[in-house]
Amino acid sequence: MNARFWHVARGVAWRSIHNAFVNPAILVPSIAFPLFFLIAFAGGLSGVSKVPNFVYPPGYTTWQFVFVFLQSAAFGGVFTGFAIARDFESGFARRLLLAAPQRGGIVAGYAIAALVRWLITGSVVTVAALIGGMEILGTPAETLTLLMLGLLTNVVATLWACGVAMRLRTEQAGFLIQIPVFLVLFVAPVFVPLPLLTGWVKQVARVNPATALLEAGRGLLAGDPVKVGISFGALAISLVVFAVWARGGLRSAERAG
Amino acid sequence: MAAEAALAGAALPEQVAALGRRSVLRIARRPGQFVFPLIFPLLLFAVNASGLGAAAKLPGFPAASYEDFAIAVPFMQGALFVAITAGTDLAADIETGFLNRLALTPLKGRALIGGQLGGALVSGFMQSVVYLLVGLIVGVELKSGPAGALVLLALSTLIAFAFATLGALIALRFGTGEAVQGFFPLLFVALFLSSAFLPRNLIQEDWFRAIATWNPVSYMVEAIRSLFVVGWDGEALALGFGCAGAVLVIGLAASAASLRTRLTRT
Repeated sequence: MNARFWHVARGVAWRSIHNAFVNPAILVPSIAFPLFFLIAFAGGLSGVSKVPNFVYPPGYTTWQFVFVFLQSAAFGGVFTGFAIARDFESGFARRLLLAAPQRGGIVAGYAIAALVRWLITGSVVTVAALIGGMEILGTPAETLTLLMLGLLTNVVATLWACGVAMRLRTEQAGFLIQIPVFLVLFVAPVFVPLPLLTGWVKQVARVNPATALLEAGRGLLAGDPVKVGISFGALAISLVVFAVWARGGLRSAERAG
Repeated sequence: MAAEAALAGAALPEQVAALGRRSVLRIARRPGQFVFPLIFPLLLFAVNASGLGAAAKLPGFPAASYEDFAIAVPFMQGALFVAITAGTDLAADIETGFLNRLALTPLKGRALIGGQLGGALVSGFMQSVVYLLVGLIVGVELKSGPAGALVLLALSTLIAFAFATLGALIALRFGTGEAVQGFFPLLFVALFLSSAFLPRNLIQEDWFRAIATWNPVSYMVEAIRSLFVVGWDGEALALGFGCAGAVLVIGLAASAASLRTRLTRT
């Protein structure tokens, strides 16, 4: 990664961030959706915490905050995938491919933009949850560890979305980008702990890496960390796999011209 | 243009039928636009039925299983998707100039709105049939029996049509598909801030319960749910049909007014 790589990455990141911040139609949904999920889940479903054997000392708002926080990180990547697809459809990305001396910088630029956008969204969601009565029993270091999990989740999701968007190069790829992310996140202990899940979701959730991620996040905010190492390991493996996937997407776009 | 001229010379029912046929064919030619809105609510139902299954153990929960309780949600969610599809299609007609060309003919405004929403009516009915069949296949009990199935299809189609008029209103008011898509989160907020996922008596947060009580979507969901869980609940059905009817009347009246304004502008 030389200076030219970072020059390209900086340029793409700046443009993507600028586009997002001057265009409310792009920025508002990425902030509003997680907020809305937080309100709907933490507010409307808090009665679920009264189910027998549901034990989570910080309370249901914190329980749902962890899900919404990590979901917003993943969907930050998804929304960036939409932006990449839009850039290809408008022809901008093709011009970008022609002009960039180090094309790997394009992917890095989109990933940096996704991170910046998610940091804003994550902050808004956190403030909203705190206003809504979220309790944090973990230490500041444990809370920061949750932030690290969120950052890695965001990068993994961006690389996934980037790979799909660069292969298909159309906004119609939107569903294909978001449905797998949606499924991975929701086929996990979203509303109740794993032992209280029923049916097929319970079977899938047992092997879904998102389960470990949610349990780690909730454990960190409860001051009782569990599965943190497994979560970082799963994210690290995903990072490598989806970096190769995104690189393949870039190659596909290069071949298409 | 010849087809548009022939259409303009026809009587009102023929005009509605011709535009309705076009609207239905348009959906049939793009299965992607029909299939995803059909599948996604079922996907959410499948996930929530297992994910929230434990909620059925709460004291005072009205159904034996969460599946019985949650089957009403796909009907409602499907209706919201119909609203978006109907609005997007009408917006496309505005953006491509089709509406302007129709405005040059003696075509009646009522025919235009009614016909354009024909596709929504058919979509709403078809997806309701699919949701009902899927529900029965996965073991959901329809306590109101075969007659209840007919009432259910009528109610869910009415709800889909009522929401489609809101999609049309946005399309006519703003004239772009993007505006209609932007309206989508608002519809989802209406669904999530209702009694769709927990009965109102089990919603703990007072502010949320108050919103759900004022939200007409709660009554539409509860009417559909009553046919599955209770059997025949006259009050729930009256409220459900009443709320859907009110949305329909308001949507149609506002759409007609917006159409007049748009045609005057043209």
